[in-house]
Amino acid sequence: MSYFEKAAKIYPRRVRGTFRTVKWIVMIALLGLYYAAPWLRWDRGPHVPDQAIFIDLTGQRGYFFGIEIWPQEVYLLVGILILAAIGLFFATALLGRVWCGYACPQTVWTDLFVWVERFVQGDRNARKKLDDSRWTVEKLWKKGLTHLIWLVIGALTGGAWVFYFNDAPTLLSDMWHGDASWSVIGWIVALTLSTYFMAGFARENVCTYMCPYARFQSAMFDKDTLIISYQPERGEPRGKHKKGDNWDNRGHCIDCTACVVVCPMGIDIRDGLQMECISCGLCIDACNDVMKKLDLPGDLIRYDTENNQTHRLDISFRRRADRAATVVADPTAPSVRAKPRVRWVRPRTISYALILTVVGSVMLGAILTRQTTELNIIHNRAPQFVRLSDGDVRNAYSLKILNKSHEDRRYTLLVEGVVARDLSVLAAGDVPVTHLSVPANSVGEFRVRLTTSNGAPGRTDIRFVLTDPVTRRSARHDSYFVR
Amino acid sequence: MSKDKHDKEIDGPTGVETTGHEWDGLKELNNPAPRWWLIVWLVTIVWAIGYWVVYPAWPTPGGHTKGVAGWTQYGKLKREQAEITKRQSTWLTKFHAASFEQVKADKGLYEFARAGGEVAFKENCAACHGAGGEGRKGYPNLNDDDWLFGGKVEDIYHTIKVGSRSSHPETHQAMMPAFGRDGILDAAQIDDVATYVMALPQGATAPRADAFVRGEAVYAANCVTCHGDGGIGNRELGAPRLNDAIWLYGGDKASIIQTVTSARAGVMPTWENRLDDDTRRQLAIYVHSLGGGE
Repeated sequence: MSYFEKAAKIYPRRVRGTFRTVKWIVMIALLGLYYAAPWLRWDRGPHVPDQAIFIDLTGQRGYFFGIEIWPQEVYLLVGILILAAIGLFFATALLGRVWCGYACPQTVWTDLFVWVERFVQGDRNARKKLDDSRWTVEKLWKKGLTHLIWLVIGALTGGAWVFYFNDAPTLLSDMWHGDASWSVIGWIVALTLSTYFMAGFARENVCTYMCPYARFQSAMFDKDTLIISYQPERGEPRGKHKKGDNWDNRGHCIDCTACVVVCPMGIDIRDGLQMECISCGLCIDACNDVMKKLDLPGDLIRYDTENNQTHRLDISFRRRADRAATVVADPTAPSVRAKPRVRWVRPRTISYALILTVVGSVMLGAILTRQTTELNIIHNRAPQFVRLSDGDVRNAYSLKILNKSHEDRRYTLLVEGVVARDLSVLAAGDVPVTHLSVPANSVGEFRVRLTTSNGAPGRTDIRFVLTDPVTRRSARHDSYFVR
Repeated sequence: MSKDKHDKEIDGPTGVETTGHEWDGLKELNNPAPRWWLIVWLVTIVWAIGYWVVYPAWPTPGGHTKGVAGWTQYGKLKREQAEITKRQSTWLTKFHAASFEQVKADKGLYEFARAGGEVAFKENCAACHGAGGEGRKGYPNLNDDDWLFGGKVEDIYHTIKVGSRSSHPETHQAMMPAFGRDGILDAAQIDDVATYVMALPQGATAPRADAFVRGEAVYAANCVTCHGDGGIGNRELGAPRLNDAIWLYGGDKASIIQTVTSARAGVMPTWENRLDDDTRRQLAIYVHSLGGGE
């Protein structure tokens, strides 16, 4: 009895077909995007980075083309996370785990690594043989070259990552001259090793054992979700088939295991929907290839919904019952290949689409109406108010003026809702309220005191208005006055 | 149950080998954990042992294992504090050499001094003057514009240094007689002078009632030397201004009568030997910046 089981290594066989082609295209597009994106430029004017996609950790700014995000606007990040999550739910409800099968970095890089493996060592059987063979010079160089290429890809992955957090051309020249910072080197090493390990060794185990999304995506499935499904009513009973044998009283599955050997997850799709299945469709390609050679219709394995499957099984049972009753075998009877009917519009997909629309609109609104000046005011509470010698009452406020524009600005502060006897700034030197200077791209902090001569005791709602005399635009902030 | 028997027992529905353990007809399936999991587990154990060797880990009688790296939390704190002190020292050197005027003109230096002063204030002054310097009965509010001994930053600095009625030889030494308790004035006179003092903020517009006029005479004979004509106060003597809206011990008649009867004598310690000069200067700048500084 074994207490721990060695994971069986999976040797996915090469496959050609529609879904494999789609996967290649998606892979090239995504990897291309990943490597090229940091090199895109976007002119924002002087003294501001011109990198289109740039997360400036030291400057505490995020840049995405025309969008600029300050730490205060981190709610946009929350919006992006919500969009990403609901987008995943939406795609999963419609198409099953297509994210896993086509777009997930784990899948994309694993695919690339398997391709390298095949390129150097040959296809499934050759790789298997090589693994089983004793160490020879051939095995040594083939294995060595594979791992070397993997490490190079890993290094490029980590190398591209750091460009998102630094000015790419500057960093590249720094790296070239050997003076990249330790943090950059650390990130490259960490991502090189993690890519090498994840895509080279962990592979399908990441999806099966580590990934939480893989697990909870099944919660987004319903009976109308497209999943990869084998049609047992057409395929069974399966069995070996010799050329010339007829297809009476047997299914179309010839048990060639083509679907099993191409599976990157190492499962047999004919056992039905399984937790491991990442919906990549390679078994469909493999099976269709075989069906074509046998002159049988394709799609014995197909993207289909559970409802359609049940429906076809019902028809199939009925037909078999009919056949038994009439005893007329009808080999020409068309197999049930009614085009899968998919209910795209259903409460689940509508609600996901609705959430996507609402969150997307809110974010779009937030981005479009973004002001380059923001005013934040806190009423000082220790003490709430101060009585002066002449009986006047003074309140103090802490102002934060965010100048998100790329120019130095000088603002004028006004107060509404109360008759101010005095509105002045407490600072080093003389700072009049009409000349609150805030340099470009920065936050100005001011302590302001407001004095009034008379009024009823208690709290008065007031509003501070900050105006930029040049652009004539204002920012407002509500506060209160206590006496 | 023999070993051979359960080695071969296979569960029917799942086709999985059982462990041979059975409870009321329920048999445990043997689905072994993956080997990589075992390896990760072993690695963590090795890691933990390495950690025990390198870092402080196990309690021992009267202490704990020290670890070969010699790492301690105190050491970490010390290193971090040293780093902060180093960063501060540039500013401190600059601040040390600068006069109050120079500090006020330099925004960075001013904010540095204010921040240091704020910390020192919360540690040393807030107990009496309040966290925001708002004061309370008997402890002056430092936010307002009424100063017993002057509100210029130099005055504040001096007051922090010498205190009030403290052990410092140059301390502020204002002393008001206990007019009632010592029998200098009788109760009626005190009542009159309280009426007069309460009306002082109104200045010349105060209605000249009988009590007011009597009080005015008492004031002129007993109070004017220190508190000045019309209650303008005298900072040299530390005699509070009486013609304003601010009352350290309460502005109602009962409080004023009590003040005149028994006198008041608040005490502030000298900070000369408790805080170094730079901290006191930072404190002065902070207090001055609360809003009432002159």
